[in-house]
Amino acid sequence: MGDWSGYLTLILQGAWVTIKLTLMGSALALVVAFVAGLGRISRLAALRWLSTAYIEFFRGTSIFVQLFWIYFVLPMTGLWAPTPMQAGVLALGLNVGAYGAEVVRGAILAVPRDQYEACIAVNLTRFQRMRHVILPQALPLMLPTFGNNAIELLKATSVVSLISLADMTFQAQVVRSQTGSTLLPFVTILVLYFAMSSVLSLAIRSYERRVTRGLDGVR
Amino acid sequence: MEWDWDFAWSILPQLLAGFRVTLIATALGAVVAAVLGLVFAILRRSRNRAVARTTGFVVEFIRGTPLLVQLYFIFYVLPDLGIRLPALTAGVIGMGLHYATYTAEVYRGGIEAVAKGQWEAAKASNLTARQTWIHVILPQAVPPMIPAMANYLLAMFKETPLLSAITVLELMNQARSVANSSYRYVEPMTMVGVMFLIVSVISVIGLRWLERHYGRVGK
Repeated sequence: MGDWSGYLTLILQGAWVTIKLTLMGSALALVVAFVAGLGRISRLAALRWLSTAYIEFFRGTSIFVQLFWIYFVLPMTGLWAPTPMQAGVLALGLNVGAYGAEVVRGAILAVPRDQYEACIAVNLTRFQRMRHVILPQALPLMLPTFGNNAIELLKATSVVSLISLADMTFQAQVVRSQTGSTLLPFVTILVLYFAMSSVLSLAIRSYERRVTRGLDGVR
Repeated sequence: MEWDWDFAWSILPQLLAGFRVTLIATALGAVVAAVLGLVFAILRRSRNRAVARTTGFVVEFIRGTPLLVQLYFIFYVLPDLGIRLPALTAGVIGMGLHYATYTAEVYRGGIEAVAKGQWEAAKASNLTARQTWIHVILPQAVPPMIPAMANYLLAMFKETPLLSAITVLELMNQARSVANSSYRYVEPMTMVGVMFLIVSVISVIGLRWLERHYGRVGK
């Protein structure tokens, strides 16, 4: 165990991969959540069906299966052979995005009906109504759950170690197989994961305070 | 790559054997999560501040770190400390412990949702603590918990593929071993996805029924 600092560097390199995966996965999940969430309450039946099918499919199977499918099966269909990083971001984004879509839908439907009626009364277009009236009120409702989803995504990134992407969990396994030491690498990454999820939840909470500032009387 | 029905048919028994292990792991994990969650919830309500705080931290820590790493911890680290567990036992304990931190919140929410007047009324009619819990609090607290509990049961079922990482021969592991020996990924991976989808679609229908049946009383 003399070369511990070298192994720590390895784990920190893995931590950087985990952070990148979390950020890119969350970005994709956010976009997908709004597209599919708005799709579910669209006027077009085809869009509603498509969004529902996507959401049910990705919520109904586990992230593990989706990741393996994207990484191993997709290349065999001859369409596209993703790198482990691309497969990881895609699986994480699509999976968590499906959960996020339900949050978006729920929050938009939770905005009281009279807000819609008022928009019609003042002759706003559908886009103006969504952009200036509905979303600003729905967003604060989404944030707490989005925060939880981001933490779930961070935790799910550990699964990519199984398609040999060198994230933090993968590097801990490398250290374990090279040194035979188990306690040190695993305790280190557990603490690092916990630190990351604590930072995430603090960040979301402070953003939440900013967004809800001045809304006290409204809700 | 073409879909081969004969091949799919020939690997079905092996996958179903894995599916049986998946179901067993889910059932046992659910029992652990239900019991341990109640323990966490009670300890968190403890009047001893040190006990309540420590439990709170442990719960937050487990929730903030990935299940996969916790499974590795139980499977690789504990034997070095002298505790040797079979893979399935380690998996059940890991999953149960992880989801106990979620069910603890459900218990807490359910118990706190019982109106304060009920406690006071129980005291006024001179019920013992035991009678208060069994005849007054729990009958009101438990039904609203059922849909949330079922939700986590389904979530846990979808996480069982992680057990393949610690050599439990469940559905995903059987599919991977088929894929590795036959070099065909399309059929086993897709079939695993379909099996998960079938179970979760049926469960979602069951969940909706539970929500209607046990949802908030009087609404």
